[in-house]
Amino acid sequence: MRDQNSIDHTLNHLFRQESGKMVSVLVKIFGTENFEMAEDVVQDALVSALETWKFKGIPDNPRAWLYRVARNKAIDIIRKNKHSKQIDFSDPQKQLLTSEYTLSTTMNNLWKEHQIQDDFLAMMYACCHPKISPENQITFILKSLCGFSTKEVAKSFLTSEDTISKRIYRTKEFFRKNKIRPQIPSKKDITSRTGVVLNSIYLMFNEGYNSTHSDDLIREDLISQAMVLCKSLLDNERTRVPDAYGLMALMCFHTARTKGRLTSEGTLIQLSKQDRSTWSTEMIHLGNNYLYKAGNNTQPPSSYLMEAVIAYQHCAAKTYEDTNWKAILGCYDVLISISNDPVVSLNRALVILELDGPRNAMKALEEIENKKLLENYYLYHSSIGAVQEQLGENGKARVSYAKAHDLTQSKSEKQFLSEKIKSLQS
Amino acid sequence: MNQYLYIIRGGEDMSTYSPEEMQAHMQDWETWMGGLAQKGKLVGGEPLHNEGKSLTNKGAKVTDRPLAEGKELVGGYIIVKADTLDEATDLAQGCPGFDHDCSIEVRQINAMG
Repeated sequence: MRDQNSIDHTLNHLFRQESGKMVSVLVKIFGTENFEMAEDVVQDALVSALETWKFKGIPDNPRAWLYRVARNKAIDIIRKNKHSKQIDFSDPQKQLLTSEYTLSTTMNNLWKEHQIQDDFLAMMYACCHPKISPENQITFILKSLCGFSTKEVAKSFLTSEDTISKRIYRTKEFFRKNKIRPQIPSKKDITSRTGVVLNSIYLMFNEGYNSTHSDDLIREDLISQAMVLCKSLLDNERTRVPDAYGLMALMCFHTARTKGRLTSEGTLIQLSKQDRSTWSTEMIHLGNNYLYKAGNNTQPPSSYLMEAVIAYQHCAAKTYEDTNWKAILGCYDVLISISNDPVVSLNRALVILELDGPRNAMKALEEIENKKLLENYYLYHSSIGAVQEQLGENGKARVSYAKAHDLTQSKSEKQFLSEKIKSLQS
Repeated sequence: MNQYLYIIRGGEDMSTYSPEEMQAHMQDWETWMGGLAQKGKLVGGEPLHNEGKSLTNKGAKVTDRPLAEGKELVGGYIIVKADTLDEATDLAQGCPGFDHDCSIEVRQINAMG
């Protein structure tokens, strides 16, 4: 018997990397109405791998091995179903799957490398159909394209497995009822459809980046999977839109700083107090390259681009005091002109706090349009608290921090705020 | 639109083909049948094994080989849609079997009654 741990590790890694691609190809073959059929084939292939590798060891090319097994299982299913109504073979290419003259060759062509990449992207667009709610989009992406188990998706969203199963069921029903056929959108629609995909990727990234839950492995997985998805958009010239570069740059800059954000106990460290030597120069460098490509475009600036520039400014500053707040304020002004989002206005007020002091910052906070929308947002109250603290209004600041404390779900945020409140007690 | 049967006979022995040669040959089939499918002309069809049994004399005699052998051995069949026998015959042009000594007999399927 071979080393079970190394097999488990290889398989887990492969599963994250490849299961989504295999599902995408198989869904193309069987149709979105037979999603379970595709998932079963992938599951079967993994079980075969586990059983075979246990005795024979891991093959030289485990990925190719897995694909071959999935391909052969797909052929078995087609032979069994070619006269049933289960699979729709009316498409000319799929018709060739029904004859032994062409079944094997057609199947091989469907598993060609560039074809797999295209199918994977097509599936991403199908999961991010504008009629599917964002939370259902991410749920389905994580489950079907990123190899997350229902349990892991539930953990990602801090919700029950039951809820996740229901969301997945609803998306499958949507595919079935609307006979959705995954495809990369036409040139005309690519920008708007990719926008929906990017939004989902960014939400997934934030779910991992913001420490709303303590499971580090899940968080790292969410971050790396979001980046894998965005990278696959950039790898294809049809889906390589400027916004995707902007988002990729933004995610690189954020990821670069993950190590310095938390103490070893998991408490959040303020940006001004972070040890900048822990930031990843490699990721910052990568972010710079993507930012260059994003900015090198004549399109009007997008919010991803502006957010990336802000993150860039933070990464570029050697110390907190070196931060180019003026440039950052300029970015926030552009962001507000793109979408009048109160959260953006809130962050802008914090930049004013750095540039012009607490009195002007308080004025900016008071002038936020739609500030009612921020009433349940913990960062709004903790920001007000920070400004009040600088104004010497310790009593008011304590109340604001307490409000924030009640609103956040994050353990590390709660701890951070508790310490603040304690330090203001006199 | 009528349906026509291609009875594909003969063909050289391919058992000596290398896997690459075989793959290239099957790719030719895919291209040709793919063309028929794209035009909406393909109904279906299958290749056949060379081995078989034959029943003659009202089933009383069973022999361990197909009725016809060699150039007459049926190696496969394909059914296509066409308006006329001539159109069906034209559609059979380009069949990769021709490069390997096959012949094709085109027969209209008889809609009885």
